[in-house]
Amino acid sequence: MSETEDKRGLTRRALLSRTIAAAGSFIIGGGFLAARDAAWATELSALQPRTMATLVQMARDIYPHDQIGDAHYVTAVKSYDAADQAEGIEAGIAELDAAAQAMGHQSYLDIGWERDRVDVLRSIEESDFFQRVRGGLVTGLYNQKAVWPVFGYEGESYSHGGYIDQGFNDIAWI
Amino acid sequence: MAAPFDLKDDGVVVIIGTGAGGGVLANELAQKGISVVALEAGGRYLPEDYVNDEWESFGQLAWLDPRSTSGDWRVAKDFSGLPAWIVKAVGGTTTHWAGASLRFQPHEWKAKTTYGEVAGASLLDWPIDAEEMAPYYDKAEEKLRVTRTGDRPGLPGNNNYKVFEAGAKALGYEKVHSGNMAINSVDGDERPACQQLGFCFQGCKFGAKWSSAYTDIPRGEATGNLEVRERAHALRIEHGPDGRVNGVVYADADGNEHKQMARVVCVAGNSYESPRLLLNSASSMYPDGLANSSGQVGRNYMRHLTGSVYGIFDKPVKMWRGTTMAGIMQDEARHDPSRGFVGGYELETLSLGLPFMAAFLDPGSWGREFTTALDHYENMAGMWIVGEDMPQESNRVTLNTDLTDQFGMPVANVHYSDHENDRAMRAHAYDRGQAMYDAVGATRTLPTPPYPSTHNLGTNRMSQNASDGVVNRNGRAHDVENLFVSDGSQFTTGAAENPTLTIVALAIRQADHIAQEMNAGTL
Ligand SMILES: Cc1cc2nc3c(=O)[nH]c(=O)nc-3n(C[C@H](O)[C@H](O)[C@H](O)COP(=O)(O)OP(=O)(O)OC[C@H]3O[C@@H](n4cnc5c(N)ncnc54)[C@H](O)[C@@H]3O)c2cc1C
Ligand code: SF4
Repeated sequence: MSETEDKRGLTRRALLSRTIAAAGSFIIGGGFLAARDAAWATELSALQPRTMATLVQMARDIYPHDQIGDAHYVTAVKSYDAADQAEGIEAGIAELDAAAQAMGHQSYLDIGWERDRVDVLRSIEESDFFQRVRGGLVTGLYNQKAVWPVFGYEGESYSHGGYIDQGFNDIAWI
Repeated sequence: MAAPFDLKDDGVVVIIGTGAGGGVLANELAQKGISVVALEAGGRYLPEDYVNDEWESFGQLAWLDPRSTSGDWRVAKDFSGLPAWIVKAVGGTTTHWAGASLRFQPHEWKAKTTYGEVAGASLLDWPIDAEEMAPYYDKAEEKLRVTRTGDRPGLPGNNNYKVFEAGAKALGYEKVHSGNMAINSVDGDERPACQQLGFCFQGCKFGAKWSSAYTDIPRGEATGNLEVRERAHALRIEHGPDGRVNGVVYADADGNEHKQMARVVCVAGNSYESPRLLLNSASSMYPDGLANSSGQVGRNYMRHLTGSVYGIFDKPVKMWRGTTMAGIMQDEARHDPSRGFVGGYELETLSLGLPFMAAFLDPGSWGREFTTALDHYENMAGMWIVGEDMPQESNRVTLNTDLTDQFGMPVANVHYSDHENDRAMRAHAYDRGQAMYDAVGATRTLPTPPYPSTHNLGTNRMSQNASDGVVNRNGRAHDVENLFVSDGSQFTTGAAENPTLTIVALAIRQADHIAQEMNAGTL
């Protein structure tokens, strides 16, 4: 990827500002990615920071929930930041950027509207990379207990004796 | 001789699988004083072990050995390695099941006579009927303590049911109630009443729901006549020069092979593993597999047509609270070809937790159409369609010789394509389900595709004639006199009802038959 950047003469500063604009995240030094508002930060061990930022944006565009903060999307894809995964993910994100470029954008992260990013995703929807990321998110995102309250889901009730005294039939509007 | 039994003891009945069919049969035989060795591929988990978390529980209990799929059903695309969602554990899928316990309607025992010729379908009449089954249904309902049978009250309806009931009544439906459930509505038989945990699919931590894991199996073991060998995976059934089966080769937890000798063998591994085992037991005497002179082993696979409807409302429902299957609408279960299809369907409430909803609402889909539905998870109500699907010869379990399991045995390939009748019925059911929710103010409804199969039937079907089925009216192989099929694979047709009460009733009946024959010296 850096090769493409170099070709276009992007300075590192320009790259950072784009990343901030598009993903709400920025790179603090090598191997560290954080949210602008410091709501989350993650140390990277294998992936390039920009790759991670793109992956997080991709995750949000696949399963967009505006009421869920980036930190949960980061958690959902964090397992790809591993030595045995990095190569495939870097290649996949390069594919994604190539698809964005084919549609006239500078890179995936450069695209301002979700609608346009979704068009790019649709163009690679059948790829193994897309399906791998999407499939992983189904459990990576929705099986995080921390996101359940956002959806109102209460999970297990055994620890308080079941829903029998906790509103199993409390609906009032029907 | 009392359990445990010797591998060389050829006086025992060997049962393969300890679910609804095998677990009940094992106990019924043990109660009659018959020596039984039950081989179970899975481990033993009891209520204290169950985990009320969908994916964690799935990892604990589900059958995850490899399988493959083909055919035009969407499951083959979305879940190509997981055609069924069933259990590998002592108690089988009765740990997961929701507990809906319905009798067949009388005409459903005679599908071919009632429906007539249906092009492309391999319909048959069962060689037994409602009258003959009635006393066994009585016994099964007592054993499972089914609500609204005997003097047992119904369960109280939860939020999901209240929405469902109001919708059904708004459309003029009349047979609407909180179900016939194998869940205690009052304490009894050493099981407490339902505490509305909402994790019926993950194993009931209170034991309010019937499962053979903590009822029939320990009771059978308590007689001293039943030995359950867990983590014992049957690989093939062997026979002698006389053609009678004489034992079962299985792999133990360490992968070591043993042969348990047997006087009688009963196969109850659910409708993929049972035919797979018969096919994997081919020999020079039975080159097409055991009990397969008809060529019917593995064919006529049925799974109920299924599908779900979720409705989103402008106010909270919180459907996950309380019993997973909390009520039923039965008016559409009748046979009424004026609707454009033969047979009928039941609508039953269903709830999935958020993690499973994300996986099963519209598998593979993404983007805002999908996520805005999940955003309103709290305001969702859900129901499931259970309809009679047509048996078809080409819907079948075969051996996939390109793919083997951890023991080197070819795995089951499951091929399924909808029949035209199935498509017509599902479309009707989607329409009625959506209308029910619309009638009580749904702002959006979602006709959801079938999940991996939970009801698996028909792959060793019962028939009058040896030429068009695998077993006779007692579940006894037409070809091999001391071999039985004791699970849902013996179903001739699927009927509209959830199958387990019928599997249990057939197992109780089969135990009577086996005991009689053994006493008479004819087995
Ligand atoms: C989520 C869910 C909900 C359900 N809800 C309902 C419901 O409400 N009402 C209803 O009627 N039905 C319901 N069912 C279906 C019901 O669980 C099954 O119909 C029933 O359990 C099938 O009984 P069976 O004896 O055929 O097989 P199972 O109960 O599946 O038992 C088969 C056993 O055989 C073992 N086995 C397989 N192969 C081998 C081998 N080679 N060696 C040793 N052991 C082996 C398996 O490990 C398993 O334990 C539900 C199922 C699921 C998954
Ligand atoms: S809702 Fe009732 S039956 Fe279901 S798991 Fe809870 S206590 Fe058991």
